Amino acid sequence: MRADEILALQNEPACDHNRKSKSGCARPKPGATQGGCCFDGARNALVPITDAAHIVHGPIGCAGSSWDARGSRSSGSILYRIGLTTDLSEMDVIMGGGEERLLGAIGHVIERYSPAAVFLYNTCVTAMSGEDLDVIARGARRRWLVPVVPVDCAGFYGNKNLGNRIAGDVLLKHVIGTAEPAPVPKAAQRPGIRTHDVNLIGEWNVGGEFWNVAPLLDELGLRVLCTLTGDARFRDLQGMHRAEANMVVCSKAMLSVARGMQERWGTPFFEGSFYGMADTSQALRDFARVLDDPDLAARTEALIVREEAGAEAALASYRRRLAGKRVLIFSGGFKSWSVISAMQDLGLTVVATGTEKSTEEDKARIRALMGPDARMIDDNDQTALLRAFDAYGADILAAGDRYIYPALKARVPFLDLDHVRDIGFAGYAGIIEFARQVAVSAESPVWEQVRARPRWDGRNDHGLSRQVEGL
Amino acid sequence: MAQVVLSGKPLAVRPLKVSPAMGASLAFLGIDRAMPLEHGARGCTALSKLFFMRHFREPIALQTTAMEQLTVVLGADDNVVEALRTICEKDGPDVIGLITTGIAEAQGADIPRTLRAFRTAHPAFSPVSIIPVNAPDAGGGLETGFADALEAIIGALVPTTERSTGRLRQVNVLASPMLTTGDAEALHEWIGAFGLDALMLPDLASSLDGHLTEIGFSTLTYGGTTRAAIARMGASIATLVIGSSLGRAADVLKARTGVPDLRFAGLMGLDAYDAFTDALRRISGRPVPRSIERQRAQLMDAMVDCHFALGEARVAVAADPDLLSQLIRFLVGMGAEVVAAVASAPSPLLADLPVDRIAVGDLEDLEDSVRTRGLDLVIANSHAVQTAARLGVPLLRAGFPQHDHFGGHARTWVGYRGSRQALFDFANVLTAGRQLVAPYRSRYRAADDWRETAC
Repeated sequence: MRADEILALQNEPACDHNRKSKSGCARPKPGATQGGCCFDGARNALVPITDAAHIVHGPIGCAGSSWDARGSRSSGSILYRIGLTTDLSEMDVIMGGGEERLLGAIGHVIERYSPAAVFLYNTCVTAMSGEDLDVIARGARRRWLVPVVPVDCAGFYGNKNLGNRIAGDVLLKHVIGTAEPAPVPKAAQRPGIRTHDVNLIGEWNVGGEFWNVAPLLDELGLRVLCTLTGDARFRDLQGMHRAEANMVVCSKAMLSVARGMQERWGTPFFEGSFYGMADTSQALRDFARVLDDPDLAARTEALIVREEAGAEAALASYRRRLAGKRVLIFSGGFKSWSVISAMQDLGLTVVATGTEKSTEEDKARIRALMGPDARMIDDNDQTALLRAFDAYGADILAAGDRYIYPALKARVPFLDLDHVRDIGFAGYAGIIEFARQVAVSAESPVWEQVRARPRWDGRNDHGLSRQVEGL
Repeated sequence: MAQVVLSGKPLAVRPLKVSPAMGASLAFLGIDRAMPLEHGARGCTALSKLFFMRHFREPIALQTTAMEQLTVVLGADDNVVEALRTICEKDGPDVIGLITTGIAEAQGADIPRTLRAFRTAHPAFSPVSIIPVNAPDAGGGLETGFADALEAIIGALVPTTERSTGRLRQVNVLASPMLTTGDAEALHEWIGAFGLDALMLPDLASSLDGHLTEIGFSTLTYGGTTRAAIARMGASIATLVIGSSLGRAADVLKARTGVPDLRFAGLMGLDAYDAFTDALRRISGRPVPRSIERQRAQLMDAMVDCHFALGEARVAVAADPDLLSQLIRFLVGMGAEVVAAVASAPSPLLADLPVDRIAVGDLEDLEDSVRTRGLDLVIANSHAVQTAARLGVPLLRAGFPQHDHFGGHARTWVGYRGSRQALFDFANVLTAGRQLVAPYRSRYRAADDWRETAC
């Protein structure tokens, strides 16, 4: 990928904050950098496409240690969970056998696993040696008549966020709009309820959490053409251009897909979250608003009343238990504000939030939620984070899984917000699980035990004469 | 804290309890060159023998007085005398445990008197110690009979002595049957790490741990506490009593020897084992060894790592009282919720446990008390396989018997290391069995869309 293409991807006109002059992204600091690369980001965004094969073209370092590590769940095919890599050797790189190997890999996978599509991921080594994935993909498509999609996402192009953008760009270029969605099944139509086709962009179905929300959308008559990309089939993505509205669920990085669809097909979009009751209800209202359907709006309000009452009843005991607990949230980007809202729903006090990957707009939303004095932590260093935890008198740290063991080592209660978790937090049912998880860690009796010094600490009363009498 | 509820049922369904006679026999199985002799019909012994055989996967030294129709009516004293003589002649043991069973008790057998008759008739066998134990079925369960036998063994084999200054490196350990052979081994090592020698009574670790020996098959026990060692218990500097069921046995030992004792209800978990470790530190006069501090730190790490899985986990536990108490305290200390607890037999220990309610009953009681409450895990013996299956949750085996499983008798639960492994195992079964969000299938999708495609 050329430098100007990378720059273009980083420029997102749909972002509100994209008006002032660019300061440019901070360069990673050698020796003090955490977080994934562009390959990681692109693959994370595309791997949840369940019936596709995902072939990583590179040496074993890229896929070997990272396959099948995502929490995205499937209601159908599990092909996406198979790790596939060309596992390039030194000779492949030096003698240039890589492209041939990749073609062989595509053939093997298609013949053996019959994928709906094949995604090819470029990596650092193959990008550097100049292998042409576009040409290989074209050749493979012609030969096997299966969609083969090249993803140019070498790790050294940039960070995970850029990888997400590359993934979105690839979908816009190669996949979205290449097939028509099936008509609404007759059996699914209900008298008096108009079916609207919608998409969710940036919903990864982590821990199956979208299944907490999906039944509500069904009930309202919102047919989800595609969740990009949690539990998605390849042909869902192909037909998503026919939607009447898009909701961007998780990331600024995926905003470019929504904007691209608006430009090409005129699909309106809005941004939202399914974390917490307030945000979930708001997202449902926004669908009705964007679709401009008063009947839908009325039914949505009724559903919200019912669901909120149900969740509220289940939450009552947790609210009592969690009242006054202080949370430090450290989670990149979008999650930094969507999680604040969920925490505040539960009556927790958010003492500070991380903004490592947050955009200017994310930060603006954080200020709106937490007030103008919102404490934001930009430093992703784990030691600094734990210092902040103590300084702010927090009771629990909520962060990505990278921070889990540093926190536990420091004897700090923890809530895992990462995408590899297998517990779903979305929707009304999710908030209850969310509350349960906060309570389980914050109230665990282990903390008191592991923070206490052993009873013999500093004692030297094990002199023989005394102890026998002391028994 | 716990309300103890006795079962009001007219029967036991899927019994958890075994006879006290079995517990008494088990105590003798931890004595070297011993033979427990159950005074009753031969079936009692055959069933006990099979039970222990399948649990330990070992030959079991166990004999019967083989009461029959005639002897039940006319008196079975001759059977006792004949059985004792046969065992003395044939097997030449150091110790015979003469244990009554339900039928002998009902018949009103007076075994001390019969024993005196045997001694008069066969003075040549006077070197064999014969220890009578009354083990009426109605009196409790495995732990009860075991404790009574231990009390009798101490009464018979430990001489009454003036309080001596003590052999400085020897400590007595009275070990409840909740301790597995693996637990007993761990205690030997632990006590050894403080430069002390453990004199464990009984010592199942040296008899039923499962080891191949040069002698091959023996009709007697393959190891255990020697009679000579038991006689030296008065020379120890302290006695460590593990398990509340052994309180009376400990009282007898203390009265006879004057050796001070320290009593522990259980040894699982950080706090319980800290207390034990600290006692060894004070007794031995040595600081806690580094290797032990390290194991302690490892347990703490496992506690924080596993707290997500154990926190609010809903667990049902059924076991003999000592073991039940040890497991409940450990689980509650990890944040788990014990939604049902069933003890095989009553014990004063139960009322103090940190749960709302404890039933004294059977596995049916366990099932009934959790059916409507939601459950993640059952901890009980192998009889609970079907119970757990019907409740749709995994079973983690603990207690007697574990006949469908290898190594249950040798697993270590106690200590920092044993507790850590238990935590990992609890966390693994809980994580594997966790309810995930169920896949949702939209009405808007074609029916064939849910196939799991070939992989």
